[in-house]
Amino acid sequence: MSSQLNSVSKLTIGLGALLIAACGRDGNGIGGPPPPPPPPAMASFDVTVTNLTNDQPLSPVAIIAHQDGYSVFTVGAAATVGLETLAEGGDNTALIAEADADATVMATASGAAPIGPAGTETINVEVLQSDLPGLTVSIITMLVNTNDAIAGINGVSVGDMQAGDTMTWRTVAYDAGTEANTESATHIPGPAGGGEGFNAARDEIADRVTMHSGVVSQDDGFAASDLTGQHRFDNPVAQVRIERIN
Amino acid sequence: MKKTLCAAVLAASFAASPAANAVDFDVRITNLTNGIYFTPFLVAAHPAGNSLFVTGQPASANLQAMAEGGSIAGLVADVTALGATIVENPAAELLAPGSNTTFNINTDGTSNDRLSIVSMLLPTNDAFAGMNAVEIPTDPGTYIFNIPAYDAGTEANDELLTGGGAPGAPGMPADPGGLAGANGTGAAAADANPTVHIHRGSLGDTDAVAGNSDLDSRVHRWLNPVIRVTITVN
Repeated sequence: MSSQLNSVSKLTIGLGALLIAACGRDGNGIGGPPPPPPPPAMASFDVTVTNLTNDQPLSPVAIIAHQDGYSVFTVGAAATVGLETLAEGGDNTALIAEADADATVMATASGAAPIGPAGTETINVEVLQSDLPGLTVSIITMLVNTNDAIAGINGVSVGDMQAGDTMTWRTVAYDAGTEANTESATHIPGPAGGGEGFNAARDEIADRVTMHSGVVSQDDGFAASDLTGQHRFDNPVAQVRIERIN
Repeated sequence: MKKTLCAAVLAASFAASPAANAVDFDVRITNLTNGIYFTPFLVAAHPAGNSLFVTGQPASANLQAMAEGGSIAGLVADVTALGATIVENPAAELLAPGSNTTFNINTDGTSNDRLSIVSMLLPTNDAFAGMNAVEIPTDPGTYIFNIPAYDAGTEANDELLTGGGAPGAPGMPADPGGLAGANGTGAAAADANPTVHIHRGSLGDTDAVAGNSDLDSRVHRWLNPVIRVTITVN
């Protein structure tokens, strides 16, 4: 939803410029109504996310189409508050708002619902064809039966894709580094916990994004854990397929 | 994986070009893990047909010294004998979780068209990250290689923090993050596979003062890959 709003607002700017140009021609005395501006040429991508895990639902996916300048995360750097909010509670609205406010972001989109194990969802995102050179796509989601595990792809190039082209990646799990991996139900928002999501405290070993080392679980000797062996995962955790539609 | 294949194909397609060996490139090594430190890296561009290790084969004595104690002196001597272009310890310290180090290599005038990188994971008994004689791309661009952890197969993974870093000495030499426990009774006997193989991962436990392992299962485990090597050909 937010992505469409963002696309529309950027489109509106483009249309406004065209209308001003058309008015200018009208003012030159050529006469007649200005010709309707041609619709801007759009490029459309379908992003299909598949959950490869045993029992880790994925929170509604956030998709960001952007140029160099925006990065959804960087290994070794602290997560933004938007990423922290997604990583701890599965809510992507703050992350998408951060992206929409970035001048190098062309469009954003959100999945409609969580993607359960074995589930898949296709999400469309459109950008102006004039934004294609250098265009990259990032996607991000939370493994919701964890404290702050995320998965996604980080700025893959799609600007050279032609209509009908597809590319597929398998993604690993990262640790947002914003919440200690207590594996306690009170800190796990997914069905395995039902606990709290976002909490502004940053109490991981270090406040930085790294790869996730996996959940330990009560079945593997972590007595205080509310997770079971069913919630363990290994890489890759999700598959992402991008197809350029037109 | 896709990028790796892509790089291999590109390198192969340029191998016939006369300028194939004149390569100036930047290398970035990123520690991807949440709680593991890396000992000083050995980075070597060397001729094809050589490697620092072979999976399924016993580790050399010099690889063992690197994997059990972080000492790269022996391996440096090995690759020096090959006429390799060598970078020792580019991070100038232990490479901490999430950290990275970037440096330049220029193999102009050599036949060093393969790249190998090794470093020990701390705290472990004999785990190491290994990039094994990868063909160096020659086409300008950025190439990403995700590197797994191997087990040298030379030491039991007892996961005991005894300071044992010399080849053949049991135990783990150091815990740079200071989050390990003590007084473990020993997590495992000798490896079932005494050759170089993909590491099965550390066990750890949640008991800081007893238990089988001195490692913390919430801190010292990892999932592959453990380092990312980004090569930028200028």
